[in-house]
Amino acid sequence: MDGHGGQERQLFELGRLVKAGLTQPLGLMRPGGVGRILAVQSGEGDIERGLLEMGFVEGACVEVLHHGFLGRDPLAVRINQTMTVALRRGEANAVLVGPLLDQGADTRSSTGQEARLS
Amino acid sequence: MTAGTLAAEGFRPARIALVGPPNSGKTTLFNTLTGGRQKTGNYPGVTVERKSGLLKTPGGHPVEVLDLPGSYSLRARSPDEAITRDVVLGRQARETLPDALVCVTDATNLGQHLRLLLELRQLGRPLILVLNMMDIAQKRGCQISTEALSRQLGIPVVTTVAMRKHGVRDLLGQIDALLNQAPAGDGVTAISDWVEPSPDAIRAHHREVERLLQEAVVREGAPEHLTRQLDRVLLHPVAGPLILLALLFLMFQAVFSWAEAPMDWIDGGMAGLQQWLSAHMEESLLKSLLVDGIVAGVGGVVIFLPQILILFLFILLLEDSGYMTRAAFLMDRLMSAVGLNGRAFIPLLSSFACAIPGIMAARTIAHPLDRLVTILIAPLMTCSARLPVYVLLIAAFVPATTVWGGIGLQGLVMFGLYATGIVGALAVAGVLRLTLLRGDRQPLLMELPSYKWPNPANVLLGLWERAKIFMRRIGTIILSVLVILWFLSTFPAAPEGATEPAIYYSFAGLIGRTLEPLLAPIGFNWQIAIALVPGLAAREVAVAALGTVYALSGDEGAVTEALTTTLAQSWTLATALSLLAWYVFAPQCLATLAAVRRETNSWRWATFMFVYLMALAYLAAFVTYRVALALGGG
Ligand SMILES: Nc1nc2c(ncn2[C@@H]2O[C@H](COP(=O)(O)OP(=O)(O)O)[C@@H](O)[C@H]2O)c(=O)[nH]1
Ligand SMILES: [Mg+2]
Repeated sequence: MDGHGGQERQLFELGRLVKAGLTQPLGLMRPGGVGRILAVQSGEGDIERGLLEMGFVEGACVEVLHHGFLGRDPLAVRINQTMTVALRRGEANAVLVGPLLDQGADTRSSTGQEARLS
Repeated sequence: MTAGTLAAEGFRPARIALVGPPNSGKTTLFNTLTGGRQKTGNYPGVTVERKSGLLKTPGGHPVEVLDLPGSYSLRARSPDEAITRDVVLGRQARETLPDALVCVTDATNLGQHLRLLLELRQLGRPLILVLNMMDIAQKRGCQISTEALSRQLGIPVVTTVAMRKHGVRDLLGQIDALLNQAPAGDGVTAISDWVEPSPDAIRAHHREVERLLQEAVVREGAPEHLTRQLDRVLLHPVAGPLILLALLFLMFQAVFSWAEAPMDWIDGGMAGLQQWLSAHMEESLLKSLLVDGIVAGVGGVVIFLPQILILFLFILLLEDSGYMTRAAFLMDRLMSAVGLNGRAFIPLLSSFACAIPGIMAARTIAHPLDRLVTILIAPLMTCSARLPVYVLLIAAFVPATTVWGGIGLQGLVMFGLYATGIVGALAVAGVLRLTLLRGDRQPLLMELPSYKWPNPANVLLGLWERAKIFMRRIGTIILSVLVILWFLSTFPAAPEGATEPAIYYSFAGLIGRTLEPLLAPIGFNWQIAIALVPGLAAREVAVAALGTVYALSGDEGAVTEALTTTLAQSWTLATALSLLAWYVFAPQCLATLAAVRRETNSWRWATFMFVYLMALAYLAAFVTYRVALALGGG
């Protein structure tokens, strides 16, 4: 996580997973899109903690409900069917989302641990 | 003597703090618990509101309840969350550590809210968990075993519906039990070993919450549906902004039309009082002070109470129903273009009533730079104190014709003045963010709570609070300004055979005439210069001051009417427009400057605000005057 190298590697990892077509950053999802959070990772510790405190945690289900009317920013995201949170695309991209019904669904926390980058 | 022994000897009531995430129902619960016996003040150094209230439990314990700002975590991100953390940890100056904490959570959102409880539990203080909003949870078919939860957590758990008394009785019972077994004050005065949770600690809390819920949730409720449906319309990319615009329009419409009748009553009442005083008092200095100085001046300010209350009624309704965060969501992108946060929308909207509550509301903005910019531009929102000046000048100089098929020209000019303030504010924010207050774009992480019917008691108490604050301001700062103003404009008296009105020869006249050369380039005569002096302390006073300058007397309404004709005859259109432009920007409110100082904890930013607004006002007035002259408005 420290310095440039860490960030670059993280971006590379993220890109690899996205290319595989299975995962994507929350910020790229369209309204109506659903998924399960695989990783919450940001270059800045405070944003990561902020996201975690608002319920964006590995294993949680997310559904993108709305986009803002300018530049499709910010996003309104429903977490675990209960809480709705507004956040900007920049922060949303720190949340990596995978398919809702993957094999990890039953072993959520362990999947979460493995999928966390860095 | 420690707080503990003090309490044990019965010197002070037990102190209980309500802690919980935003919108979990803390304030509603607080209102139900304490009723009208509330005290609102400020924490020293900041304008975060401190709300406390006294009550006696059924078991006979006197208790002081504290309503703390909402927070998702003790790791505070904004100034008001910092207050919550500091009070809970016993670090807040002049505030003793609470004897017990009551963690208020939304029973329909325990998955997120219990995490804060786990953080609080680690502090090892006496703690009660409240599962609030049980009515909604039950309606959705959700069943939670409080016994299982209580057993797992090792603390008392009660369910409540915050606005109903009988639901709150259980909570009082638990507080009694807690106080019986450990009388208030156990000698602990602060918690020193607390550390901010790391990301992994937060993740661990999430897992623990999941485990707890597996134990305690008997049946999961159906997900909320209505809010989803409503948001489909209210957050729609096209319909959403239009509805917001319509709501704002309705709000300002209401401020002007609904307030008319009560404003007339106040006006009539004040006029009656003045007449009565005039008839029943001997001619004396005291009479002059009372009639011309105090009653006329106070009347001119009290008259805005209805408008302020109506504006706050709307703001409180929008806030209590949960719409306000949607407005912030819709505005975020627009505001971030000038480096502001969507959350700044709420304080800026309040500033249309009065900049002071607006500046106070900025405390919910997490990032210091975002918050500072919001505070600095809040006075550019047209507050209701500018209205009398606008109304007076528009009535005197703008013909009451209609343009473009039915739109009143006078209303259009009024709208233009509001719009100028808003555009000016956005421009200033943009410039500040590019120069003095450069910094990263800050994250927006904001819960969009589910919609609820506003709770009448909450709204009424909120309005009552506003009315009190406003009247206190009149009783203190405005009253003293009026007395000083009266003194300055009465002494020394006019010499024998004076040709000008008496005020010309007074101290105020002297000041005005000294300032005149400075103000001549923007088209202000000495009469305006004199009126500006008291107007610097509080804008509302300027109309009364103009009345004095033009040697008119009578109540507020009569002065305004007579002034309209006098001004139309003695000023040029260019001068009037220039004064309007001046009023859009000029920093003419001591109380606002004081609030900025308190809020930013330094005179530096208050001074900066004063200087930049003054410069803007002068520039705007100068340009307006010159352009109007060039176009033949002389
Ligand atoms: N139905 C229901 N609504 C509640 C309850 N408690 C609070 N509310 C509503 O929830 C909203 C937020 O409550 P408030 O007390 O302002 O929350 P705070 O942010 O924690 O102070 C308001 O609209 C309240 O009227 C409850 O027990 N049941
Ligand atoms: Mg509250």
